[in-house]
Amino acid sequence: MATENAHGPQTSGDYIQHHLQNLQVCKADSGEWIWNQCAGNPMGINVDSMFWSLLLGLVFVIMFGLAAKKASPERPSKFQAFIEIIVDFIDSSVRDTFHGKSILIAPLALTIFMWVFLMNLMDLVPVDWIPLFSEKILHIPYMKVVPTTDVNITFGMSIAVFFLIIFYSIKSKGVGGFIAELTLHPIAPPLKGPGIIAAPIIIAFNFILESVALLAKPLSLSLRLFGNMFAGELIFILIALLGVWQLPLHFGWAVFHILIVTLQAFIFMMLTVVYLTLASEEH
Amino acid sequence: MDINLTLIGQSISMILFVWFCMKFIWPPLMEAIEERQAQIADGLAAGEQGQQKLDKANIDSQVILDDARKQATGILDQANARANEIVSDGKQDGQQETERQLSLAKTDIEQESNKARDELREQVAQLAIVTAEKILKREIDMKAHEDILSKLTKEL
Repeated sequence: MATENAHGPQTSGDYIQHHLQNLQVCKADSGEWIWNQCAGNPMGINVDSMFWSLLLGLVFVIMFGLAAKKASPERPSKFQAFIEIIVDFIDSSVRDTFHGKSILIAPLALTIFMWVFLMNLMDLVPVDWIPLFSEKILHIPYMKVVPTTDVNITFGMSIAVFFLIIFYSIKSKGVGGFIAELTLHPIAPPLKGPGIIAAPIIIAFNFILESVALLAKPLSLSLRLFGNMFAGELIFILIALLGVWQLPLHFGWAVFHILIVTLQAFIFMMLTVVYLTLASEEH
Repeated sequence: MDINLTLIGQSISMILFVWFCMKFIWPPLMEAIEERQAQIADGLAAGEQGQQKLDKANIDSQVILDDARKQATGILDQANARANEIVSDGKQDGQQETERQLSLAKTDIEQESNKARDELREQVAQLAIVTAEKILKREIDMKAHEDILSKLTKEL
């Protein structure tokens, strides 16, 4: 599939397909690493998603790290003031929701917000620039530049959040409390009298219900971000097929997309904080 | 759209970035922000204190100025009174001195005039005697009439 399309897509279907294809590498059954023939192989890596995700994460870390290193209380530079506006915004958002003391949640929220924001922001680079550059100059056949349109990336983050939810639940309620939360809600099983026969059924029912609720959190978190960004990217690709009319349309959609980019980053961050707050709340 | 190792890679990178942010980004930035907040609060408090001190100093200086003004008026009044006293004293002294000089001059004049009168009288008497001598030389002896002549001189 890769080698046939390496000379450029012909039909609009091919064009869209080409834009939605990740640059993949995986280990084949024969033991050697092969490129772009990894459909369905769970041992593959989406090199482009990983590259852009790490690059943008480094951009965040270096930008904020520099500001933090040079941070002076007396005479803040304009760059420091700009960074502090973002930090203060995150800090007040977290404080409004999470009332406990935690050294992790605020930095986690900042990292998620800035990282997701930067990854989403790649959507505003015209869809053909980087793929064409990598195809013609670097001879890389596929290049998907928006990491958040890759479901692996969004799931990767939401699974980390999921483990944090479990960690905070156990930390605040203990292992027993966590199990009780999963099994004794929403229907309290009878623990005395003849009704005790029904208790295992009620517990099993509760457990299924609560597990679904628990698993729905990371799932909805990642699918919301992925869906929004994927749809936005797809519309950019469709607009790019329209010839000269793409110019005003692209501009309009890009302006609208600035809102989505920021909003989705903010929602991902805010929901993470809300889930962790719920997990660490004591009943 | 397949799930593959990218997911785990992203999870690991997220843990690393969050750890870095928690360790090296968030604390110094928050520290700087909080330190500045404290400094601003301190500065505002110090400013208010300074304003209060200034107000108090203004009131104090007004009181001191009023006192000084009062004292100055007092001193001026005293000085005026003393000057008037000195002037009037001087006037009195001058008058007394004038009077003394005047009386001195008067007595002098009197003495001089008395002296002059006596001299004049003597001279007139001499003249009269000389005249009388000249007349009497022709007619009478000097010695015979000397007692009458001296008597006459005294009466003049």
